[in-house]
Order: sequence, then structure tokens, then C-alpha cells
Amino acid sequence: MEMQNKVIAIVSEAANVEAANISATTSFVDDLNLDSLDMVEMMMKMEEEFGVEIPEEKTEDLKTINDVTVYLKNNAN
Amino acid sequence: METNRVAITGIGAMCGLGNSMDEVWKNLIAGKSGISTMENVDLTNWPVQFAGQVKDFEISEDILDKKQQKRFDRFIHFALHCTDEAMKQANLENAYDPLMVGSIFGTGLGGLPEIEKTAITLHEKGPRRISPFFIPAFIPNMAPGMISMKYGFKGVNYATSSACASASHAIGAAANEIMLGRQDAVITGGSEAVLTNLSMAGFSSMKALSKWNDKPSEASRPFDKDRNGFVMGEGAGIIILENLEKAKARGANILAELVGHGATADAYHITSPHPEGEGTVPCMQQALRDAGIKPEDIDYINAHGTSTPLGDIAETNAIKNVFGDHAYKLTVSSTKSMHGHLLGAAGGLESVICIKALIEGVIPPTINLENQDPECDLNYTANRAVEKDMIYALNNSFGFGGTNSTTIFKKYSK
Repeated sequence: MEMQNKVIAIVSEAANVEAANISATTSFVDDLNLDSLDMVEMMMKMEEEFGVEIPEEKTEDLKTINDVTVYLKNNAN
Repeated sequence: METNRVAITGIGAMCGLGNSMDEVWKNLIAGKSGISTMENVDLTNWPVQFAGQVKDFEISEDILDKKQQKRFDRFIHFALHCTDEAMKQANLENAYDPLMVGSIFGTGLGGLPEIEKTAITLHEKGPRRISPFFIPAFIPNMAPGMISMKYGFKGVNYATSSACASASHAIGAAANEIMLGRQDAVITGGSEAVLTNLSMAGFSSMKALSKWNDKPSEASRPFDKDRNGFVMGEGAGIIILENLEKAKARGANILAELVGHGATADAYHITSPHPEGEGTVPCMQQALRDAGIKPEDIDYINAHGTSTPLGDIAETNAIKNVFGDHAYKLTVSSTKSMHGHLLGAAGGLESVICIKALIEGVIPPTINLENQDPECDLNYTANRAVEKDMIYALNNSFGFGGTNSTTIFKKYSK
């Protein structure tokens, strides 16, 4: 849960949307209207925050808060 | 060839003298200096520590939301801030077919601060840490690009870059669009914000800058015998040009007219002006021809006058060459004495100042002109603003690379 909250905090800043309006199922593109550049920047912040590398080809599969949280958990050192 | 008349229906300005046209103008005619020691920056290792810095500025969220603010370099913030001011005055939204409204915009160095900062990230953290917003943040044409997105204008859209003549060339190109009937309105001018360690070190190495760190407000002193280089400034000057007949038809308030433009090259040296004005003389003559007026018709020249030892003499010689005896009758001033040199935005701010001078009938002074250089022997409006009824004002902008640009404005009478 703690990790999910951190992920939500980063997404909240990237999308300029209040954290209270973001949940596990929120989709970056469909719900938050993020474009491809927003996505790259946000994934860079995730990498920095969690020290986990997210390869470019992988980012296409990470569509929601939950997708990212699960990926980060599975790949944490 | 019959061409359309060009009206000015909106102006906006910001620089070290203030963040709105009214504030800038009030300080200009009071002869105040906007030049001081740089604030909010660690000046260790800065050879030159003062400038005409824009103060207390944060762009309104109504113009650019918080998320977007971080993504664009300062020169783009300036451009949008001043465009907002000019747009409100011109009341241009929904006035024309969006395809008939464009933006041509000058900047000399664009988003150099962003480049400087990102180069450090590249060295320290590697290429994977470079923001995807790095390129859009600094490219010069993102200023007109953002203007198009904000207002939905779909006409001509590009940036000009010709060093310190950038904004002046933009204004000339924008006027052509109106004169030829390709556009009904064009937002033009320029902005510059490069008061960084890298750019100031670069200009300093060229020995182009005054180094009077202990008396910054006296350092910019065009035509004075103790002048010793230019003083960097930052800011923007925006003009909205419009087809005069169409502006009249929609009931717009017409501030002035743009009647002539000239552009030439010295073909002489990368940074030094030609001493006899081989490029600048025909540049002013071309603008006069374009306007269909005689040299004697010019009442005021807002000089390029950067306060460099060579440049001020060369411009004085060129003015004498173009205007003959009338050179001693017309009034010259260099407002760079107060706002510093805005580089690529200089022609934007100084054009706006010419327009304001025509409207108000007041010429802002050249301050710090205590002992006039004998080689600079014109009337430069020393230290105090003067009242003068004027019809025509001329603005000169010259840039490194030996590029020259002159614009002539006319007082509007119905």
C-alpha cells in the first residue's frame, strides 16, 4: 500500500490531478489524458524514486497505477 | 505595388523596469535605471554580476498552468505574459478566421538556460535522465508555437533568430504578411531570458560587457565617453499587427502604424560593426524608401546604442550619413541605458517604446550621459525625457554576424 501511495503521489504531480482522485485502477491515458512525453517523464521519476529500471518496451504495458505498482514490486532489488 | 496598411492594435512589454507596459513606460520617462546586481542566483565565478533583470515575476496560472510552467524556459514565459497583455488590449480573439492570424517571433539565444542545465544532467547522470520535455522547452519557435496553441491561431508561425536583431526582423517579416494580404493579424516582437553564467561568461570573454560590478546602474551609458561595454538585460516586447482597414472595420483601437522596414548585412566582420555604416546606412535608407518618406520626416530615433565604444560611434556616423543636417535636428535616445540590452528581444521592446513615444508625445532619455563623447555629437536626449510632437519614429537593431534591421512607425491619425 505504501508503494502504491508513492506511485500515486508521482502520478498526481505529473498529471496535475489531486491524489484523492487517483486509485489503483486509474489509467494514465484514458483517465488522466497523459501524452507520450508525459509518460516518459513520469516513468523516469518512478525509476529515480524506486531505483528500478523500467525498459522502454516495458512501459507500453504499464497502463494503470496498479500495473506500475506490481512491476515495481516484482523488480525491486 | 499597392499594399495593405499595417496597424498596431496591441502592445505588451516587460524588462528590468517592470512587468507591464505601463510600469515600464512610467520608469522610462522618469529616467530610472532597471539595472542592478543580479538577485536569486549564486554569483560565484560570475565575471559580470549585474544586469537588467526581470524582478518579482511568476507567470499567472491563467496564462500557463502549473504543470506546463515547469516545462518551458523563461523566454517562453515572457512571451506568453506579454502576449496576454497585448491581446487584452487588441481584443483580437475571434476577430478573424484563425488561419488568417499568425505569430512570427524573435529570440536570439532561445532556451539557453535549459540547455545549460540539461548539459550538466547529461554529464552527471547520463542520457537516460534527460527529460522528454528538454527539446520542446528550449527551441526558439516554441514561443510562437505556444501562442498558437493558447489562442487557436493557425496562420503563419515561426521564429526568427538574428542575434540582437531577431525581434526587429520578426516584426519586419510580420509586417510583410499583412502588407501582402497573406494574414489579417500577426503577433510579433521577441523575448529573451539568458542571464546565466554561461551566456554572461561568453559575452564577457568577447569583452563586450561592461564590468562595473560596483556601480551597476551607471554601467549602461550609451554615447558617454566613459562607456565600456553593454549591459545584459532580459524581457520581451510584443506588438500585434493588423490589416489597418480590417482593424478599422472591426472597431479596433489603432495605436500607431508600421510604415517601413529595412534589412541588410554589413558583410564585414563577425562582431564588429562597419565603422562607416556600410550596412546600417542602406538599412535605414531602405526603411525610409519602404515608408515613402524623406529623411527629414523622421522625428525620433530609438538607437541600437548599446554603450560599446565602437558601436555607438558607428551608429552615430551612419545616422549622420543618412540624415545629413537633419541628423542634428531629430531626437535620438538609447533606452538601453535604462533596461540594458535585451539581445534578441531588443527590437521588440524598443519598437514598443517608439509606439508609446508617438502616442504620448514624449521621448524617453538616454541616462548616464554625463560627458558626451565628442565623436557622438547628436542630440541623445541626455538624462531627462522631453516632450515632442512626433509623426515618425525609427528603431534600429543590429546583430552579431553583421545583420541590420530598421523599422519605422507612424503616429496614427484617423
